[in-house]
Amino acid sequence: MEFKRVVVTGLGALTPIGNTVPEYWDSLINGVSGAAFIKSFDVEKFKTKFACEVKNFDAEGFLGRKEARKLDPFVQYALFSTEEAVKDAGLDFEKLDTSRIGVIWGSGIGGLKTFLDEVVNFAKGDGTPKFNPFFIPKMIADIAPGHISIKYGLRGPNFTTVSACASSNNSLIDAFNYLRLGKANMFITGGSEAIINEAGIGGFNAMHALSTRNDDPATASRPFDLDRDGFVAGEGAGTIILEELEHALKRGAKIYAEMVGGGMSADAYHMTAPHPEGLGASLVMKAALEDAGLVPADIDYVNVHGTSTPIGDPQEVKAITDAFGDHIYNINISSTKSMTGHLLGAAGAVEAIASILALKHDIIPPTINHFTDDPAFDPKINFTFNKAQKRVVNIAQSNGFGFGGHNASVIFKKYQQ
Amino acid sequence: MSDIASRVKAIIVEKLGVDESEVTPEASFTNDLGADSLDTVELIMEFEKEFNVAIPDDQAETIGTVGQAVAYLEKNVKA
Repeated sequence: MEFKRVVVTGLGALTPIGNTVPEYWDSLINGVSGAAFIKSFDVEKFKTKFACEVKNFDAEGFLGRKEARKLDPFVQYALFSTEEAVKDAGLDFEKLDTSRIGVIWGSGIGGLKTFLDEVVNFAKGDGTPKFNPFFIPKMIADIAPGHISIKYGLRGPNFTTVSACASSNNSLIDAFNYLRLGKANMFITGGSEAIINEAGIGGFNAMHALSTRNDDPATASRPFDLDRDGFVAGEGAGTIILEELEHALKRGAKIYAEMVGGGMSADAYHMTAPHPEGLGASLVMKAALEDAGLVPADIDYVNVHGTSTPIGDPQEVKAITDAFGDHIYNINISSTKSMTGHLLGAAGAVEAIASILALKHDIIPPTINHFTDDPAFDPKINFTFNKAQKRVVNIAQSNGFGFGGHNASVIFKKYQQ
Repeated sequence: MSDIASRVKAIIVEKLGVDESEVTPEASFTNDLGADSLDTVELIMEFEKEFNVAIPDDQAETIGTVGQAVAYLEKNVKA
């Protein structure tokens, strides 16, 4: 059977460097860092005292007090970025067949804050299980797409993809595949994460995964720099409206780009460490290219996973080298995590948005915070250090790798009839 | 208004996000104040916490209005 074509018709973003897509893009191309000392809890005893928090987000103003109280921040964020995307796509659901519109959402962890608060409350008591009736439905990772469907009355396929930091690349790929197969007309997809709390920071600290550059948070996320010392936790949400092309054309939708491929693989190596030769990462990029019917020479830009960890960044460069061969010297590579921090289950979504906007504007957002070259990396590779670069971008690829060894990579292309 | 009634009212206003004027003795949690089944469970738990009293499930099922909550608590909370 012939696959249907799938296009991007709406975007929404709530990020540490901007609470709307225009603000996010403006920060991306101007190299703004979202990292600062954590405001949401007392960090005195924590090894890492900073993160990329969402700023000036007024949950009660957005949702009303009653509703806000029932939603974990990861759901509040999801509803916020989705509202922007729905408006951006010009969707009037009363005029559309809502049984053919689904929501596939990524979250690596779900309602960690809710879990933490409830368990702390239980531990403080005498052992009597006094749990709030909203504990479970607030926490579960699948509740975000549930709430999106309830808000807009969308009765198509609805679920969450969970693959740690690859989660929202997986949600994009699932939505893309169902649309290609004609199983739905449209998906609200993307992901959200909200783990900047005692459990999240303490947990990742215990793994030695986070940067501890407490004397200079703004430059702590420095992918591919010699002195990188771990990732910087981020939070937020990204929403992408994926739509079957004919459906989009019929309603006169604005088209940002075409989604042309998605690849998935596993490292089958270690719980948290990436494969030292980048085997899974290389496989996933090749799989995405093959799925899109493309060859490495077609790619202009790779928005890398690039988390700024000592062992993660080199394996990804090895993987790109293996997948792209000499074409690696012709592409731009950048890690926008240098600005946003690592949004975990939302990273794929906000980085796909960065890639889509790079296609739209022909600008590559930079890898900021580069001070010292790492001799491990070939100096001929263009990491787009420190400043955005203008270049024609016809096709962009975005990678996401998660604890558990999950890899997922997506490819977007400038839309042509 | 009794002390118990005013504390009950404050909890309902806080948890259900309704206006104080709506919290009349006859008001039903589900029919008038927009509570769903989970909200109702949460309200009962809040009453238990606020008044340091255990409300058994079979008793909780008989509390559907503001007035019924106040009456139950006035009868069962030690002054």
